[in-house]
Amino acid sequence: MSRWLKRLYAAVVYGFLYLPLVIVAIFSFNSSKYSLAWKGFTLDWYAKLWQNTGLMSAAVNSLIIAACAATLATLLGTVAAFILHQYRFPGRRVLFGGLFVMMMSPDIVIAISLLLLFLALALPLGFSTLLLAHTVLCVPFVATTVFSRFHGFQTDIVDAAKDLGAGEYQVFRHIVLPLTAPAVIGGWLLSFTLSLDDVIISFFTTGPDFEVLPLRIYSMVRLGIKPDVNALCVVMMGITITALVLSRTLLKEKK
Amino acid sequence: MKNSSSFRRLLIGSTYFWMAGLALVPYLILLGASFLERGEGALVSSHVTSANYLHLLSPTVFSMALDSIGLAGIAALLCLLAGYPFAYVLAQSSAKLQPLLLLLVMIPFWTNSLIRTYALVMMLKADGVVNTLLLAAGLIDAPLQLMYTPLAVFIGLVYTLLPFMILPLYAALKAVDPRLLEAGRDLGAGRVQNFIKITVPLTMPGIIAGTMLVFLPALGMFYISDILGGARSMLLGNYIRDQFLVFRDIPMGSAASVTMTLAMGLLLLLYHLASRRLGKEMLQ
Repeated sequence: MSRWLKRLYAAVVYGFLYLPLVIVAIFSFNSSKYSLAWKGFTLDWYAKLWQNTGLMSAAVNSLIIAACAATLATLLGTVAAFILHQYRFPGRRVLFGGLFVMMMSPDIVIAISLLLLFLALALPLGFSTLLLAHTVLCVPFVATTVFSRFHGFQTDIVDAAKDLGAGEYQVFRHIVLPLTAPAVIGGWLLSFTLSLDDVIISFFTTGPDFEVLPLRIYSMVRLGIKPDVNALCVVMMGITITALVLSRTLLKEKK
Repeated sequence: MKNSSSFRRLLIGSTYFWMAGLALVPYLILLGASFLERGEGALVSSHVTSANYLHLLSPTVFSMALDSIGLAGIAALLCLLAGYPFAYVLAQSSAKLQPLLLLLVMIPFWTNSLIRTYALVMMLKADGVVNTLLLAAGLIDAPLQLMYTPLAVFIGLVYTLLPFMILPLYAALKAVDPRLLEAGRDLGAGRVQNFIKITVPLTMPGIIAGTMLVFLPALGMFYISDILGGARSMLLGNYIRDQFLVFRDIPMGSAASVTMTLAMGLLLLLYHLASRRLGKEMLQ
């Protein structure tokens, strides 16, 4: 392929991926309510969004669930990565395979199987069930992110520490954690965006008491398009991009 | 020393515990429910049956499943055809630009897919961007009906899932040792021959991983079919959701979910075989 052809092709694909998002962003600032015609710049839709209490509370719920699930998933995922890297124990390969299968499982299967668990335990659907479900969604991603970072550092440091009398806990606390901190934080941020992105798992595992943003947007989109949805989408994209750029920066740092 | 090993046991034990409780047990419940009958008062009855799986083979359900598999399969193929050259260009771009270009692929990858579907509605609706542009260009006289068609669902799937294909392909292409291509050239292979005999086989695990990451979610994305396809539910995901939320037939929905997992298992096996074959060839 010639150089220009390559560039043109890349531009077409980026255009395909970004044009719709850019259009939404532009129209969140358009004062025309229904048509595509540009009727002047406005921030009204953002103001409307801010006043829409139902939408705002769903947004806050989404951020709460994303932060809590990311924290829990980071804890469990870091521990899983640590034991998989550091220890040899029965069933280690099974655990490995399990995490891989969890990562590859279609969202709808994760959602349905957890829904059945919650029904079997007679747990009312809401905050806690959604938290558990999003944690399950995120853990494998944290585990693989942190695990690949473990491969980066030499095991002799750990051996040296053990020779000097450090116990398993001290090794974890004083060597492993500081060295993997960027990956751990990066994993947290990825989990955070992963939870914000989710539609299918939220759809099945939360109840009417705890509404989250994607479900709210879902019902709004089905009822028709309103400009404040554009504004909301732009805000959500902003949060996602920030978290993503932060996590990329953290994960790259050590190279 | 005793403290140390109890710390270790605590970590291993807790990991086993949550994985069993939140991944294995739910899945076993799903599997179990798929062999039960729909309950009268309760959610399921305790009568064991394979009728749910047989029902999946009945003409109406089976043709829906085939349509869904066809739609997801063509979407995966199109993502592969569009994504491979793109990942190739990306992997060859200058080292300075590459992180930025990659980030630009990851942003849509991580953006809420409902928001991206909504953005497509803005493009495809009767007075949307596509129709406005086509009308302005004089290519059409009346707006095209794009929304609520199978084509719209199809565009939605490709649009949403393309980054899921590009990222594993990019990773696989980056891992190809350029010395192998050099060796191929030295031995007289042309560009096309090099590509077919070296690059494609070496990136096969990436191709399968990408196909899996597009095909499986495409089967389940009921909201894309809802929003862009209108009333006709076209995907396995719509069927599963309806069984759970509309018809309250948990065993039937479970059986469909298990079938989807079997498809995943098959693709994972393919991936495993392709990676292993590659590993062996590299050793020889």
